[in-house]
Amino acid sequence: MATKKITTIALLVTVVVIVQIGTQLTGTSYYLTQLTMTMYSCLLIIGLCLVMGYAGQISLGHAGFFAIGGYTSASLTTLNVLPSLESGSSCVHLLNSFGLLTASTSMYGDPLLRIHPWIAFVVAITLTALIAFALGIPVLKLKGHYLAMATLGFGIIIFRIVLAMAFFGEADGISDVPGFTLLPGLTVTGNIEERIVNYYIAAAVLISGFVLLLNLIDSRVGRALRAIHGAEDAADAMGINTARYKLYTFVLSAVFAAIAGVLLTHYTGGISPSDAGVMKSVRYVAIVAIGGMASLWGALAMGGVLNFLSLRGLFGSYDDAVFGAILIIIMLFAPEGVLRLSLWSTLKRFKVER
Amino acid sequence: MSLDLFSQYIFAGITYGIIYAIVAIGFNIIYNTTGIINFAQGEFVMLGGMTAISFNHFIPLPMAIIAAVLFTMLIGALIEIVFIRWLESPSVLRMIIITIGLSIIIREIALHVWGDTVRALPYFTGNVVSSVTLLGASISPQVLWVLAVCSCIVVLLSLFFKFTPLGKEMQACAANRLAATLCGINAKNMVTFSFMLSAAIGAVAGCVVSPITSSQYDMGTGLAIKGFTVAVLGGLGNSMAAVAAGLLLGILEAFSIAVGFPLAFQDAISISILLIILFVRPHGLFGNKEAASLKEF
Amino acid sequence: MKSVFRNSLMTLAIVACSALAVTLFSGCSKMEKKKETIKVGAILAETGGASFLGGPEARTIRMMVDQINSAGGINGQQIELIVKDSAASPEKAVSFAKQLIEEDHVIAILGPSTSGESMQLKSICENAEVILLSCGAAEVIVNPVAKWVFKTPQTDSFAAQMIFKEMNNLGISKIAILAGNTGFGKAGREQLLKFAPQFNIEIIEDEVYDKQSTDLSAVVTKIKANADVQAVVNWSIVPAQAIVAKNMRQAGWDVPLFQSHGFGNVKYIEAAGEAAEGIIFPSGRLLAADVLADDAPQKAVLTKYIHDYETMYAGEKASTFGGHGFDAIMILAKAIENAGSSDKAKVRDAIENLTGFAGTGGIYNFSATDHNGLGIDAFSMMIVKDGKFVLYGK
Repeated sequence: MATKKITTIALLVTVVVIVQIGTQLTGTSYYLTQLTMTMYSCLLIIGLCLVMGYAGQISLGHAGFFAIGGYTSASLTTLNVLPSLESGSSCVHLLNSFGLLTASTSMYGDPLLRIHPWIAFVVAITLTALIAFALGIPVLKLKGHYLAMATLGFGIIIFRIVLAMAFFGEADGISDVPGFTLLPGLTVTGNIEERIVNYYIAAAVLISGFVLLLNLIDSRVGRALRAIHGAEDAADAMGINTARYKLYTFVLSAVFAAIAGVLLTHYTGGISPSDAGVMKSVRYVAIVAIGGMASLWGALAMGGVLNFLSLRGLFGSYDDAVFGAILIIIMLFAPEGVLRLSLWSTLKRFKVER
Repeated sequence: MSLDLFSQYIFAGITYGIIYAIVAIGFNIIYNTTGIINFAQGEFVMLGGMTAISFNHFIPLPMAIIAAVLFTMLIGALIEIVFIRWLESPSVLRMIIITIGLSIIIREIALHVWGDTVRALPYFTGNVVSSVTLLGASISPQVLWVLAVCSCIVVLLSLFFKFTPLGKEMQACAANRLAATLCGINAKNMVTFSFMLSAAIGAVAGCVVSPITSSQYDMGTGLAIKGFTVAVLGGLGNSMAAVAAGLLLGILEAFSIAVGFPLAFQDAISISILLIILFVRPHGLFGNKEAASLKEF
Repeated sequence: MKSVFRNSLMTLAIVACSALAVTLFSGCSKMEKKKETIKVGAILAETGGASFLGGPEARTIRMMVDQINSAGGINGQQIELIVKDSAASPEKAVSFAKQLIEEDHVIAILGPSTSGESMQLKSICENAEVILLSCGAAEVIVNPVAKWVFKTPQTDSFAAQMIFKEMNNLGISKIAILAGNTGFGKAGREQLLKFAPQFNIEIIEDEVYDKQSTDLSAVVTKIKANADVQAVVNWSIVPAQAIVAKNMRQAGWDVPLFQSHGFGNVKYIEAAGEAAEGIIFPSGRLLAADVLADDAPQKAVLTKYIHDYETMYAGEKASTFGGHGFDAIMILAKAIENAGSSDKAKVRDAIENLTGFAGTGGIYNFSATDHNGLGIDAFSMMIVKDGKFVLYGK
């Protein structure tokens, strides 16, 4: 068991390294920018896969969690607290004395004093977890289309809030979000000089998240989740606290989405209401579905390929149309997800013939 | 608030509400026979309006509307036959994803066929500036058309399900598909009919609201979300409840403006109310708990 | 065992996919390396929520680049245009901007179509030292000035001032404003609120509505209930512009309706029908090209653009939005010509020194402090009469 997991993770790491070296050798390192963005999206997608595929709960509101993370961090780190420091706000002084403010200058040469991204990160994640927890308690009692509607509604509410509030930049969103210095010398930023480092940061975050989820589904929790998915009433009768397990996975996947939101926002330097839109949530759910629902590997692969191609603009004006077509074709001909189509059936045939 | 103003808001609210309700009824018809939510329902409304506008260049308005409704029914039937009919007991999520995919594709095709231009059918009576005074409110005659046509649809539908053999067969399928099949009803045909019926209803709605709201290739998504909201609020599968829920939501939206809620938060407020209702009554306002638990997700 | 096999297969599949992608794309980009072309990128919302902007802009820019190239290019160099469809998503716009800058090494990016996307790209282009010629309307794009960022549409603050001037002439002092929740509506509303006191105009009703609203009769009812309102300003994009007009007239309300310069397309009159009669709005000269005097500086360029566009894309009317794209590519072309080189720093300096350039939006006079280059005289007030745009007050 353990060796299998280690082998597959090692393979994944190798792929990450090979891609980086490959692009470097062919002089095409610019792919890393879009790969980095893709990997952050994948973090959200594997989190959603846990909720949908393993806990069996649909969520049409994950773009909302992404936006809570991204917008919280973006709004806090673009806030210039210099005026309030000068006017003598005690709260700002306190932060300053702990060294939690960073000084910089704007694009136009004005001095800025901003809240350190780590603070914003902690606030964003805590906020997301709390909201997911508070939302999850009533929402996860719902079933089927009612659950879909409730999560969709949550997504719409978040979308409307960021679109309507001047604090969140209304329709323009927030731009000029500074880099996120994780450790001295290690910054999440879109600067071209730090492209390779950022690629590895994203890969490290994604793979850690992936390993965490792999371990989770092989653990007691994972078995409980599968029992819930299979037959919730039976699981309940067996003494599994189904409500609690569903809630925990929901909160965990919301946190994954928020981390993706924070890091992607600092990486691209901005966030806008369309990142919180309903169509984004629908897109995430669709990717999990065509990856094969209860398949973290499938979600990872489909999320990677589809996001990467979309970010490269390969299909031009037909991007949405191609996405729609892929959805239909895969759901018609490979309802178990694209990766299971050939591999599973070939394997099965192989076994029978022997 | 004066009576004039009050009735002006009421009419505005009813206009919104009845449009939502019609989309919700389209959802319900397909839901009843198949247990799935057809997320391409909003696209039927768009197709109805857009094709009627195109036909109207060549043939008079009433003919154009009839042609557009028939065309949309054909599309509805095609969708069912090509994408849904031959699937063996598909899971609900699979059907949801397929219909989402269909809605994206129909929208993109519409964009490439009609472009991004906003179009509108001419007003059925009078023109864009004519208005009638009713209970002290000045409203466009088209609003009366919308109300009349939508009320007709609701009444005709309930008569159809109660008194025609076809309607009864469809109801039988909705109640118990296996039993209906055993009685000699072709359940697959009933599903095709339900797609055609809800496409037709969507198309009629698309035509009748087009003078008021204008038609554009991407109008479907917004309508589908509102329609889904209303269908769930009323309790899935219950068309009369959908009408009530639609009117409730529409009037709520109109009066939220009247009492001075910022318009920008309108959707956030109406959906918060929906969520609260769902938490208190998990099967919709008029839904039945037992009935809902029979239709599993 | 089986699943180990499966997982490794999957991983192999991933490797294969990425390897394929890498080789495939790197092959493409190498083929294009012809030394004499000038690479220009364009990020426009051809699809999605802002396609009414991005569509005409993209079509115009493609047409003009073809014209320039078939006439022998600029300084003997051909322009190589790379158009990316952002679908009005800033995330895609950022991705495409990086792609164009790092991979295609463009000297300039035309667009994006919306203000929101433009703001996201402002610092990216500034840091990468690539010219951005935005087609977004909001003033913040060029104020404060960033060295590499320019914009072609007329500034919304001038549009707001034009409207207020006209109100002063008409003796209107108490107004209601409506705005759509888009970047355009937001920026316009801010300018209206900012300039109203200077013109002694009091804003007594102020509502923001959803850009996809299909009916605004409730809002109209609300502002109509305020008997002091003497005029309404609506600052939005299609289709809400037509809906506001319709709902006001249906409610039997006939106070003057002012629209923003976003009303500049004859199809909006069609959408609003008779309700559009009497709408007053500031506009560039494009819509009034046929009534301009023959010696007016913009006459020639406007007539030619409208003729070319409507010949090439039959069935579609030229709009001010396509004009923004026209100005972007033509300003760039002129600057390259003036600089005598396609070196991006020299071209940037040439844009900043460009004066007296007649575009569709007006006469552009760029300077180190003005990266829009248009004055308030770029606008004239128009009114809708008998289903057509005519100059107001004539």
